[in-house]
Amino acid sequence: MSDLPGDLLYTKDHEWLRREDDGSVTIGITDHAQQALGDLVYVELPEVDQEVDEGGDMAVVESVKAASDVYAPISGSIVAVNEDLADDPEKINSDPYGDGWILRMKASEGIDEAALLSPDDYQAHLDELDD
Amino acid sequence: MGSKTPLFDSHNAAGARIVDFGGWDMPLHYGSQKEEHHSVRTAAGVFDVSHMTIVDLFGERTREFLRYLVANDVAKLKTPGKALYTAMLNAAGGVIDDLIIYYLSESHFRLVVNAATREKDLAWIREHSSAFAVSVEEKPGLAMLAVQGPAARELAASCLAEDQREAAMSLKPFTAVAMGETFIARTGYTGEDGFEICLPASEAPGLWRQLLDAGVAPCGLGARDTLRLEAAMNLYGSDMDESISPLEAGLEWTVAWEPRDRDFIGRAALEAQRNAADRRRFVGLLLEDKGVLRNHQKIVVDGVGDGEISSGGFSPTIGRSIALARVPAGEYDRAQVEVRGKLLDVRIVKTPFVRHGKIQFEIAGENNE
Repeated sequence: MSDLPGDLLYTKDHEWLRREDDGSVTIGITDHAQQALGDLVYVELPEVDQEVDEGGDMAVVESVKAASDVYAPISGSIVAVNEDLADDPEKINSDPYGDGWILRMKASEGIDEAALLSPDDYQAHLDELDD
Repeated sequence: MGSKTPLFDSHNAAGARIVDFGGWDMPLHYGSQKEEHHSVRTAAGVFDVSHMTIVDLFGERTREFLRYLVANDVAKLKTPGKALYTAMLNAAGGVIDDLIIYYLSESHFRLVVNAATREKDLAWIREHSSAFAVSVEEKPGLAMLAVQGPAARELAASCLAEDQREAAMSLKPFTAVAMGETFIARTGYTGEDGFEICLPASEAPGLWRQLLDAGVAPCGLGARDTLRLEAAMNLYGSDMDESISPLEAGLEWTVAWEPRDRDFIGRAALEAQRNAADRRRFVGLLLEDKGVLRNHQKIVVDGVGDGEISSGGFSPTIGRSIALARVPAGEYDRAQVEVRGKLLDVRIVKTPFVRHGKIQFEIAGENNE
């Protein structure tokens, strides 16, 4: 298994978050998630400016195998979506933490880091799943 | 832990992602399902299908028994080695399973049935065979490899012993040859040319290794499903089951109505349904919007009624989503599919969607936008 990027936060639903300098948060799915899904063939993205509540579904990633919801890890509004995924959803497979980012959000009430997983905590979560 | 085929270790060595499939630990893919799919459409791939159930029938009255047991007519099998695809029905005309029957000799026919239906199939066959003094012998000691693709026959033959190679290369489509325990059929489930090879379990890892060394790509059940969907070949349990007749599953071509005096299980029920005005259509769908069609999504035909997708997915060859669906009777060629609360446009297209590597219809909207 590949090493987890150390500068990201994670969720038990296999999503990652990166805090950007402008205060927004970039969100994608982890390498573990893309491997479990298999070849991605379609990504349904939300509208920019759409408001989402923590835990609500905001995007759908579809692989040859199945459709899977992407949940909002925080409450806030969508400020950008990765338009490149429309033509090239496989970017999520090839570069899940880079070019395969899904969307960017602005948190409405700050980010509760305690509710998210550190790289070590996420790794422990993955190890548990393996057992 | 599920049942394992003789190739389980070979799959792990090839980097397989193993999943449970009807109680069997089977490879889903070996890295990329899409690449495996393309390998079969453009070159050659090999699938482990050892989980499938091989059943031999012996007895002087085997042909007579099979003419009663299944909806297609084994009287069509005139030369030893010929194969026949058919459905096995219950009295109500519902499909118990679909299978291939190989005619080996007048007192020996071979059936290949689905893994997930093994127990009920064997029970059903045994229940009806005794009246014909036919003996039923399962062949769990055989492994089965499907080598498929435009280059499959040549590459597979290069891995066979000389006498087997010659026999294999002279096979016509939908025929088979048995040499000792090795059995080679020019059949498949992908819409491409190729072989299905049954051989003793102990010899399977060796042949697998040789095939991979010859450049044949290992392919998992994921690619097998997208390939068969493009070829519009039905999947038991999705496209038909005991509540669906072959007439509503696109399998009317496998029902032998003639001769009229041949009695087979389910015949009366099929006759009653044959000319029913409300008989549902079984069609191929092409998604015109972006997205992916999935099993059980609802079809809406404006002013006509509703239907349901029985098999849906993404077609790697076409680059769009396709599906097989049961829809209401009527003349129309457009419909909509409900996907997560939205209605997406689909077009009814000719099936198979893809055959021998080629898309079988015009993809409208590609050139005239």
